Amino acid sequence: MELNNNIKKDKTLNVRDLINERKKSKTISQYIEKMVPHFLKIVTAISILTTCFIVFTLLTETVSFFKQVPLLDFFSGTKLKPLSQNPEFGILPLVIGTLYSSLIAMIVAAPIGLMSAIFLSEYASDNLRKIMKPLLEILAGIPTIVYGFFAFTFVTPLLKMFVPGLETTNILSPGIVMGIMIIPMIASLSEDAMHSVPNSIREGALALGATKLEVTLRVVIPAALSGIISSFVLAISRAIGETMIVTIASGSSKQLTFDITQSMQTMTAYIVEVTSGDAAAGSTIYYSLYAVAMTLFIFTLLMNLFARYISKRFREEY
Amino acid sequence: MDYIDKSIIMKKINTRRWMNGFARGLFFLATSFGLVVLLILIARIISQGIGWINMDFLTGKLSTQVDKAGIFGAVLGTFWLMVVVAPITMFIGVCTAIYIELYMKKGKFKSIIQTNISNLAGVPSIVYGILGLTIFVRLLQLGNVVLAGGLTMSLLVLPIVVIASQEAIRAVPTHLSEASYGLGATKWQTIRNVILPAALPGILTGAILALSRAIGETAPLVVLGIPALLLPFPGGILDKFTVLPMQIYYWTLDSSLTAEYANLAAATIITLLFFLFFLNATAIFIRNKFQKKY
Repeated sequence: MELNNNIKKDKTLNVRDLINERKKSKTISQYIEKMVPHFLKIVTAISILTTCFIVFTLLTETVSFFKQVPLLDFFSGTKLKPLSQNPEFGILPLVIGTLYSSLIAMIVAAPIGLMSAIFLSEYASDNLRKIMKPLLEILAGIPTIVYGFFAFTFVTPLLKMFVPGLETTNILSPGIVMGIMIIPMIASLSEDAMHSVPNSIREGALALGATKLEVTLRVVIPAALSGIISSFVLAISRAIGETMIVTIASGSSKQLTFDITQSMQTMTAYIVEVTSGDAAAGSTIYYSLYAVAMTLFIFTLLMNLFARYISKRFREEY
Repeated sequence: MDYIDKSIIMKKINTRRWMNGFARGLFFLATSFGLVVLLILIARIISQGIGWINMDFLTGKLSTQVDKAGIFGAVLGTFWLMVVVAPITMFIGVCTAIYIELYMKKGKFKSIIQTNISNLAGVPSIVYGILGLTIFVRLLQLGNVVLAGGLTMSLLVLPIVVIASQEAIRAVPTHLSEASYGLGATKWQTIRNVILPAALPGILTGAILALSRAIGETAPLVVLGIPALLLPFPGGILDKFTVLPMQIYYWTLDSSLTAEYANLAAATIITLLFFLFFLNATAIFIRNKFQKKY
């Protein structure tokens, strides 16, 4: 209204003057315009703060732990007896447990995941792919506690029929189930990598008389290798950090063993056991929680950074 | 003189084609393996638990007696957890995505923040549990109440919301925002009136998927010390609580002593999977119904 009145009063209207006039008058909307980026910046800082908080809490308590337990005893100790009269805190049994469960998971998931990726990307028709891929991804959406239940009440009894001497809690069964859980992760990421290999290269090889299998093995996979390897690394990192399956199905034996039919404890399962036991703040057991969590955090962080590095550094650009 | 000996090629081509057919079958079997396991898992859980689901189970209190136990408290706890997690992650996640995508200049700082967020997405959930235990439960003295659990879960799923929102914002074509600028709109007006409405379906889909991750996650809550047998129903975000996955966890552990607990756990899993199915179906519905192709 005000604007219209102005136009009626003086016939010669200067747009530039109008703009300048608007600019001078400080309105609420201009204030908002200026404040919004600052506000967003503060909110964005939360994600940075989370990282800082994680590192800070883990680090301070880990330092307190190493004041009570020497660094060397922790990393090279083969005995983990947090509750005994003379507690010993060697992390090796936990590291072995973690490595074994991840290794078993990868033995299951790497070939099956990769073959699924090849089938979906190279062999399946578009229609079949549109049905199978989402179905496969349901596996990734099932909560890990459900897998834990499945491993403990179904897979372990089933395996007992084939593997003599298998304990009720063992590392084999959760390892296999964890592998099934990460199949879709490997399949999906590897399929993406293979899908981005341009068709012209495939067709070139096919024109030379290669079969589809030869094209896949000698052309597509080498071209997509960086993506495939990075999917493997991410899957291992996921397996290392996985908690509920191993907690339920692998028990809490802290003996150093290399026998996969026995119970082994992973780093994550140790954290669950100690926190469930309500360790008093300030005790050595309580601090050991943070030292183990720190080790776990560093393991997975390195893996994730490594996966990112591989997929960026060695990506073939077409 | 022939450079190519046809007889050798004809001899080899059969093996090569047979190999190809064999590999095709093998790859198909590998893909089916995952699906078959999925089928077995669901069939097993349903056959074990469906007989235990009835109104008394869904609306009853937890109990040490197997045939009297109900999970209404855990359902309520899951509900209150969602009440805390949904608004917090939506707000922080969308704000962060807007700032990174639309306000930050390209450069080192942006790539540091981006790397930081994708690393946070890879941190094991149990580490978030320890963070929550140290900061929310012990330092801020909240105790193991819904708010503490919800804040922990929010931090855990935040990267998922941020990444999904970023993708949704990036998918909005530039000609829309340029048209808005061309009409004289300011940056914030453009974001509020043009970019966000166009990106909303994508953002909502990501948020719902993050929420379904949060209600299925167990490890951080175990670390926070959620009690095994909680009788009163949680009535607000400052009450002590338990959630469906925690109940599954405790009943699975108990099943090694009393076999019936496994059936209770299976029945609870059916309830939880039903929740998750409903959430995911909503996400897919939103994506198909409201997602515009530009």
